[in-house]
Amino acid sequence: MTTTVSERAWIGKDLKRREDPALLMGTVTYINDFKVAGMLHAAVLRSPYAHARIRAIDTSAARALPGVQAVLTGKEAAEVIGPVPAFCAEPVVEQAIAVEKVRYAGEAVVAVAAESRAIAEDALDLIEIDWEPLPAVTDALSAMQPGAPLVHENLGTNVVYDHVFTFGDVDGDFAQADHVIRRRLRWPRATAAPLEPNGAVCAYDPARGTMEIWSNTNMLNSASWVMSSMLKIPPHKLNFYPMYTGGSFGSKHFLAKVIGIAGALSKVTGRPVKFMEDRLDNLMANDSQGPERIYDAELAVTNDGKFLSLRLQTIDDYGAYFIFAITGNTNMMAQITGPYTIRSVATGIKAVLTNKNQQTVFRGAGSDVGNWVLERLVDAAAEQLGIDRVEIRRRNFIQPDQFPYKIPTGNVYDSGNYPGVLDLALAHFDLDAWRQEQARARQEGRYLGIGLATAQQRSTYSSTEFWFHNPAPATGLNSTPESVRISVGPTGGVTVTMFSPFWGNSPETVVAQVVAEELDIDPRDVNVTYDSTAHALPSAGPGGSRMTVMLAGAVHGAAARLKEKIFKIAAHMLEASVSDLELVGGQVRVKGVPSSSVSLADIGMRAYWFKLDLPPELESGLEGTFTYDHPYTTKPHDDRKDLGVFYPIMGHAAHLVAVEVDIETGAVLFKKYVAVHDVGTVLNPRSLQGQIRGGIAQGIGLALLEEVRYGADGQNLTSTFVDYLLPSASDVPSIEVYHQETPSPFTAYGVKGGGEGGRMVAPPAVTSAIEDALRPFGISIAEMPITPEKIVRWVKEAQSRHSRQTH
Amino acid sequence: MMDDDFIPVRLSVNGVPHRLFVEPRRTLLDMLREDLELTGTNAGCEHGSCGACTVLLDGQSVRACLLLAVQANGHEVMTVEGLARHGRMHPLQEAFWEKQALQCGFCTPGMLMTAYELLQQNPDPGEEEIRSALSGNLCRCTGYQHIVEAIRLAAQRLREEAEAATPSETTA
Repeated sequence: MTTTVSERAWIGKDLKRREDPALLMGTVTYINDFKVAGMLHAAVLRSPYAHARIRAIDTSAARALPGVQAVLTGKEAAEVIGPVPAFCAEPVVEQAIAVEKVRYAGEAVVAVAAESRAIAEDALDLIEIDWEPLPAVTDALSAMQPGAPLVHENLGTNVVYDHVFTFGDVDGDFAQADHVIRRRLRWPRATAAPLEPNGAVCAYDPARGTMEIWSNTNMLNSASWVMSSMLKIPPHKLNFYPMYTGGSFGSKHFLAKVIGIAGALSKVTGRPVKFMEDRLDNLMANDSQGPERIYDAELAVTNDGKFLSLRLQTIDDYGAYFIFAITGNTNMMAQITGPYTIRSVATGIKAVLTNKNQQTVFRGAGSDVGNWVLERLVDAAAEQLGIDRVEIRRRNFIQPDQFPYKIPTGNVYDSGNYPGVLDLALAHFDLDAWRQEQARARQEGRYLGIGLATAQQRSTYSSTEFWFHNPAPATGLNSTPESVRISVGPTGGVTVTMFSPFWGNSPETVVAQVVAEELDIDPRDVNVTYDSTAHALPSAGPGGSRMTVMLAGAVHGAAARLKEKIFKIAAHMLEASVSDLELVGGQVRVKGVPSSSVSLADIGMRAYWFKLDLPPELESGLEGTFTYDHPYTTKPHDDRKDLGVFYPIMGHAAHLVAVEVDIETGAVLFKKYVAVHDVGTVLNPRSLQGQIRGGIAQGIGLALLEEVRYGADGQNLTSTFVDYLLPSASDVPSIEVYHQETPSPFTAYGVKGGGEGGRMVAPPAVTSAIEDALRPFGISIAEMPITPEKIVRWVKEAQSRHSRQTH
Repeated sequence: MMDDDFIPVRLSVNGVPHRLFVEPRRTLLDMLREDLELTGTNAGCEHGSCGACTVLLDGQSVRACLLLAVQANGHEVMTVEGLARHGRMHPLQEAFWEKQALQCGFCTPGMLMTAYELLQQNPDPGEEEIRSALSGNLCRCTGYQHIVEAIRLAAQRLREEAEAATPSETTA
């Protein structure tokens, strides 16, 4: 890019979000607010068993209830819709409504459409099911045992995927190591739990064979061709409308079941049908639980604290289905060696199916887990070698002059300055003062701890990560474009159209700022809209911290095309050559001659309605469209010893945390939290800070509170917000956020994505702080959430160990 | 359901009187959203945990999902739609905008109503008081800090407005 930071008028400005007034006044339309004439409401009967065969279903009483328009069992639904689209190569089939047997408590068994939601729910009470309960398997280690109940009989095993990826000379590096740090670590099953559940309104038109779909799916344009096979309607006859989305965090990518259920009911009734999950539906069956992993993790280290190699063996509990395959494990291969110069890696993945709701994606998408595992090992290495935690990181950082830097898996990091980020964090934290405070507190019998994490936040995914777990030759490596249309109307008004929805951050603000930058106009004068898939240009939708990068690139490209035409028309009008013109403040003028100018309104009017006065080679109209492809992706090697470049836009963060732990109650009190993030050029500081702080809150939730729990019988014990604990205003501290800007050489304006970093870095920092507080007890923390009960128990166990030793 | 199973409810919502017939089991939340089409109030959990549906009943915050519509008979309800006047945002809404106290916006109407009640009762709350008042409203996006800052800013502005208004009232 030719402009530098100081020359930019709007990029980097701390503007208020343009999305906010409508959200604040309650006037936006979320999917639950949406109605169409003649619309029916759906409700779903869910399985009370984690694993059971459906012998018979009697729906006669439900069908007879006045106001009920349709009742669909899984078998009946399968006549009008196909299975849920899956990206796995393995034959694991999921239906929107279960057929023959259920595989987790809460799986849909019957759906009803009625004149109101209340009538639909009344009808559910009248349905009789003859069940044959089967033994449930609810933990991955038991599920791997021979003779364990099979979640999918056709597989013959619950271990659906088992492979070791090796990059570099791992055995040689471990043989050279002076120390091998070993830990068994457990990452808990969490869930995104956006405040708005999933919902869809499907309107099938039997006369045209079309379906219109309003939903809070994030991936509209992927959805239309992916869902086509399920809805049994050709993609060009589906039209998905973007809706304002009340949070996603990865959980609303496709919503295939919700759309499938509403779609099936609409097909059989010929009327529009809304299916809106309630909270129980969402917490039991949203198909978007996070990873639940057991790691045997090893780090090969030299005497002077240099990390040589990393060896991981993972057992990952995927739940009952496998629609995104092992994406959560391949995702972390983008940054598996963190910010460190580790030269070889082996990562074994055993994906295990159990009788739980399935795992797909939650903010971080598995790279959050990788950060925690690696930072746990780094802390352990520091302790074992007696090297300061800050110092051992410094010794292993990739240095600023080493970029672009290729890590062992084949991914490339674009740019970075990790020592700079750490220095900035230390400068704001005052580590020495906190260490003194910690020493003083310990004399008073109080337990202060200082936590540190220095970790990666990959951004801007490239979907080769979805496929390279399959053996070569690749089954196809799809890509992830994003587009915008910028049009200047006949009176000079500028409108930008996006094809991905608002899902909780700031797409409208971002595109308005970039358009304003390119056209030198005020962003408040830019109109921003969304369009449905019927009119869309290629758009992969939000996910993997990509939208700011991709929208900035798309707007940059579209503005260039638009400006080309603007200059041609202006040159014609001003009888000047294009090279003599400049665009300043929404006026095109001859350089150095401000009096000789035309406005965007003059040019727009000419472009739309005065063809006879246009240069003859130009057609009427004034718009620029651009499809921005992922800026840097390469194919994986056939032997998968090199996965190619798939996530090169690499951010970094350092978090420093001080906590006080009350060993009597197990309470963790935050005393100070400093977060320094480097996500390249900052487009809008306020929006980015919101993402970082909100992400940290989710990371704190994971570290201290959140866990999807199942009983031994497979019942979901966390199906309400009374049991699944989200952090509240009393649990999350004020967080100091600072930025370092190391621009990406590969993206427009040097921006990187910052949507997931907070959540990806907070868990290791918080864990490290609590472990440091409990150091006098010799407690090594190997699991989360670190609940008060666990802290009290660990301290008691340590004290009784100690008293046994001293007596 | 027979017509005589419907019960008359008279109430005022944002100062507008309404007379409706509702099923006894209809929640206040469903009545506001479905019958009165005031969809600013959101359904987050429908079991009283998340606070997204918080509205004021005679000035007191309530969970609209836990209250039956018939229980609102004879009462005054205020929802997020009642905050802005003539298209102008309330100082709380302005402060939420300025401090970016929202991202997806789904919890925001409930947050605003809780904050409105707090500032009615305590025009100058400290951070701990604000956090304690918000403890029944979940936000999954923001981490709360920006919400706390917004409420402090709104409180300050409302106090300044009140101070500025006081002398002119006494002289009038």
